[in-house]
Amino acid sequence: MEAFLAAAIVAAMPLLFATLGELLTEKSGSLNLGVEGMMLIGAVIGFITAYGTGSPGAALLGAFGAGAAGALIFAVVTVTLRGNQVVTGLTLTIFGSGFASFVGDPLIGKSVPKTVQAFFAPAPVPGLSEVPFIGPVFFRQDAFVYLGYALVVLISIYLYKTRPGLNMRAIGESTAAADASGVAIDFHKYAHILFGGGLCGLGGAYLALVYVPMWQADVVTGRGWIAVALVIFASWNPAKAFAGSFLFGALSILGFRLQSMGFHISQYLVDMFPYIATIAIVIISTHKNRKEDLPPADLSVPYFREER
Amino acid sequence: MKRVLILLLVALMVFTLAACGGGSSGAADTGSATADADNPAGASGASEEPAATPVKVGFIYIGAIDDGGYTQAQHAGTEALKEALGDKVETAYLEGIDDTNTQAAQDAAKQLIDQGCSVIIGTSFGFGEGLFELAESGDYDDIIFLHFSGSNINDTNFGNYFGAMEEPRYLTGIIAGMQTETNKIGYVAAYPYTEVKIGINALALGAQSVNPDATVQVVYINSWYDPAAEKAAAEALLAQGCDVIAQHADTPGPQIAAASAGKLCIGYNLDNSGLEGLEDAFLTAPTWHHDVFLVPTIQAIIDGTWTPESYYGSLADGYVDLAPLTANVTEEAKAKVAEVRAQFEAGEPVFVGPIEDNAGNVVVAEGESLDRAGIWSMEYLVKGVTASE
Repeated sequence: MEAFLAAAIVAAMPLLFATLGELLTEKSGSLNLGVEGMMLIGAVIGFITAYGTGSPGAALLGAFGAGAAGALIFAVVTVTLRGNQVVTGLTLTIFGSGFASFVGDPLIGKSVPKTVQAFFAPAPVPGLSEVPFIGPVFFRQDAFVYLGYALVVLISIYLYKTRPGLNMRAIGESTAAADASGVAIDFHKYAHILFGGGLCGLGGAYLALVYVPMWQADVVTGRGWIAVALVIFASWNPAKAFAGSFLFGALSILGFRLQSMGFHISQYLVDMFPYIATIAIVIISTHKNRKEDLPPADLSVPYFREER
Repeated sequence: MKRVLILLLVALMVFTLAACGGGSSGAADTGSATADADNPAGASGASEEPAATPVKVGFIYIGAIDDGGYTQAQHAGTEALKEALGDKVETAYLEGIDDTNTQAAQDAAKQLIDQGCSVIIGTSFGFGEGLFELAESGDYDDIIFLHFSGSNINDTNFGNYFGAMEEPRYLTGIIAGMQTETNKIGYVAAYPYTEVKIGINALALGAQSVNPDATVQVVYINSWYDPAAEKAAAEALLAQGCDVIAQHADTPGPQIAAASAGKLCIGYNLDNSGLEGLEDAFLTAPTWHHDVFLVPTIQAIIDGTWTPESYYGSLADGYVDLAPLTANVTEEAKAKVAEVRAQFEAGEPVFVGPIEDNAGNVVVAEGESLDRAGIWSMEYLVKGVTASE
């Protein structure tokens, strides 16, 4: 059981980074459906940086920067030019997958350098890793996973305990009101779209650098879309995003575990679980109609100051 | 101004996409690839053409030619064909063609024919029906169609080819059976298809031939290609005590999982013995060598002696093989593999009765063995295999 849950944490990481990234983007009022594309861009650039420099820090920066650069396309088109967010996001997904295939082409089958692999090898946290049950599941992981935990805490504090976080949520709920109270709309939107894109890039990089430390075409295989669903599942809350990623990560490997233990369960059925869970959550939250579970009111609405 | 900027950005993205070849863009590796109006559908005829004009062979691939697995192995055959026949052959290919759609296969074939190809080779199962329809339509009587992994054939211009992958799979089973300490062999499989089941059964019987207690645990991942899922599936098997991981899926994910757990692995399609991190884990891999079929077949087409056949390559002619056994394979296992290999090369069948399925029914009676048709109607898994569908 502990081994299964520890593996679920690993399977959850790409989802967690991407979900946090998309959550920040959506909280600031932008619906960026390019998650899959930004993850792929981050994965390929992160891999190339790791392959070229052998430095884990540079690889992380590269992946973050590349994801942010992908998001910059989205930001320019939707914030500055007020283009349609859905269309732009979808285009970004297609662009990202083409970009990763093209750029990664000569690297297929190449491995991540040993220095980087060693850096991301599981490293138990002293003390915490000895706690029964909790330790083996959560605290005998790799550095990337600990970064994920830290991000959940930091983003929660940022969103709910700081002034900039409040400003940013205000933009998502009512851009016009935030504008009227003197919040720099475009700056905030750009900042969160870029940072969110960077996190998506890190999510992709986790797959290419840590999980299967070798470049393969199309490593992300749809996880970006699961992240988009997860943001809804988590009702735009970072702590719930962690719980949701953990759950979805567990579900994604549950079928394999059951099969290997000899349970007769169709993998097709197991593959449906995350989506059924998302639909169920959407129905429940819509039904309850609690304000904090609803999407930001101005999500995906382009803001024209003149049209207030 | 903004509108112009948007248009520019969109144009830039479209251009980059096109350059990336993100879709099903094709590439022809000869100079005369464009569709010429004065060269309609290879009208000059294929088989009767004088040797001076090269025969042009068009390949339809399901994946990218450097996918690190299936299509890469197919394309290696194409490259070897060019190498072997030199000036006598030209090749063109289209990659990333959807094989679930008859229309896509036919469109690809027509495009290649427009480029002057007189031989069309579909390298995935799903291309079969579409190509066979074209061959039978009467409009393409001068084009020769060859299909990998299907069973369609006619008297004039449609042949198929495949290989006895069960032979090398059985040999890998011998290695796994001799080197497992827990008697549990893990198998990461794509889909519960007949071809996949044949491989699982061959490996299980090979393992049980040297180790009657050996069992095989199968996990289906429902994808041909998903590095992370393949690794996760292998990890699940390792957690259940499997200490040799074999696979019928396309990426090295399962091999990496086995290596990081300090266990052994058997790949597929490619010799990954040189990959960083797999040095102490990689045993061997069953491999395809498509040139063994392509070179003599295209030569026969050039000579005008070709007639449609249903080719089934084997270890004997080298169409299927094992990647060189690494130092991780014990001497004992190497000797046993060599012994059984010699038997297969002499024509011994792989599936020899008595064989029981995993529900306890006798599926091949004592004294009987399965021929190609019998093998390809295999819908059961043999005794000692656990899997869920």
